[in-house]
Amino acid sequence: MADFLFIYRNTDAEARQYMGSPEAAQTSMKLWMAWMAELEAKGHLKSRGEPLERTGRVVTSKQVTDGPYAEAKDIVSGFSLITAKDEAEAAELAKGCPVLRGGSGSVEVRPVMKL
Amino acid sequence: MQLAEHFFRREAGRLVVALTRIFGVHNLALAEDVAQDAFCRAIEVWKTRGIPENPSAWLMATAKNRALDRVRRERTARTFAPELARHLESEWTLAPTIDEAFQPAVIRDEQLRMMFSCCHPKLPEEAQLALILNILCGFGAPEIAAAFLTGRAAIEKRISRGKKALAGTKSLFDLADADFGARLTTVQRALYLLFNEGYHGASAAAPVRAELCEEAMRLVALLSEHPPGATPATHALAALMCLHAARLPTKLDAAGELSVMGEQDRSRWDAQRVAEGLALLERSARGDELTPYHIEAAIAAEHASAPSFAATNWRVISSLYDKLMTIAPSPVVALNRAIALAECDGVERGLEALGAIDDRERLAEYPFYRAAFGELELRRGNGAAAATHFRAALHVARSEPERRFLEKRIATASRPRERR
Repeated sequence: MADFLFIYRNTDAEARQYMGSPEAAQTSMKLWMAWMAELEAKGHLKSRGEPLERTGRVVTSKQVTDGPYAEAKDIVSGFSLITAKDEAEAAELAKGCPVLRGGSGSVEVRPVMKL
Repeated sequence: MQLAEHFFRREAGRLVVALTRIFGVHNLALAEDVAQDAFCRAIEVWKTRGIPENPSAWLMATAKNRALDRVRRERTARTFAPELARHLESEWTLAPTIDEAFQPAVIRDEQLRMMFSCCHPKLPEEAQLALILNILCGFGAPEIAAAFLTGRAAIEKRISRGKKALAGTKSLFDLADADFGARLTTVQRALYLLFNEGYHGASAAAPVRAELCEEAMRLVALLSEHPPGATPATHALAALMCLHAARLPTKLDAAGELSVMGEQDRSRWDAQRVAEGLALLERSARGDELTPYHIEAAIAAEHASAPSFAATNWRVISSLYDKLMTIAPSPVVALNRAIALAECDGVERGLEALGAIDDRERLAEYPFYRAAFGELELRRGNGAAAATHFRAALHVARSEPERRFLEKRIATASRPRERR
């Protein structure tokens, strides 16, 4: 077994659409919770991780830029830590993530380095 | 921990009115923005960490914090609710003032004030309904559009115009205002239309429609909790809704098809709602004002108490319709009166009444007008004439369930008499 960091990304426009009405928001949350619950039930959920604010700063050697980020660009909305047999299984698990349902979101699956 | 059905939608209405109390109605858009922000936070956090013990309190605490932030950040640049302005200026009173706006009793009053404000007589009825559904019931424009079978753009326009009108008023309707009584009539009318839209509306199959009935009942209950709003007419309206809602479980049969009252399984009518409706009807029998709601509720009570369709007291029902025709005449009331007459005085009398309806051209687009002719022709054995009427009705059917229902009636009318 190995651990994988799932990094969820989505565009601002799509995130807004899911939150467009209270009813839509509730549906969206239900999907996420069901997905997390399934991962947990099957022993894949090492850590639920944390949600991130959609603001912040980007620091480079030359400058510090402020959020919010450009509308069109997808931004990281949160992360979780997943346990899976191998990278292929982790990628398979990520396919069920609700962030993908609108077409603009993605899950980056990154193996945690074993020391 | 599971969230109640429509939890966010219900909470949205409460948060927006509490926030509007703080920010002022001219900042309605800001109130909606802050409520939306509280939802987004709730969802981001809950979807990973699970739903808290008391989700409602969690949301409210988040909304309060966001409100505090916004007031602190913008109090020099923006004016908030004039009646709270002084309390929001000082850090001594800021937090308690915000807390107070979220007290249950305050939220209830603010919901009423918002409801009365949405029913401004200058706004067209359709705009009043869209505003109530959007602000107080938390429905988004696409959901309202689906319920009213209207384009989304048209609904968005209605809502944004209505909100502009609301934001242009200095403050929400004052419940102690001398105009309370007059505005109450408009509010009752809007809630009546809202309920009807859900109950009789064009697409009975859409699940959102039963929610319209529920929302209308919730808002009318709010009205009954506020003594000046708890008039006999309000109780009659509540009775009418309750008695109709009792029959909701049988409006569609097991296969999801429209089912007429004569075929409904009365044991599936909601007995508790019937009892509640009858008690409300009794409460409405005070004072000397007889409203159309009273009569409609009495008709519904007659149906709800009858052991079967055949054993219904049609004589009483037809005389109630007579009364309704004198105080609130309309072609639809006349149509229902004709149906009742056919039941107590015979098919010929019913057909005669159907043919004599004033303004019957206004029923041209209403499928159940021609369908009523069809039923009566069928009953007197005239299958060919019945089928013609059902076909005409099918032309103006407004939804799939209506179409399927009428197609079945055409098939029945077209069969030889002994196999109908």
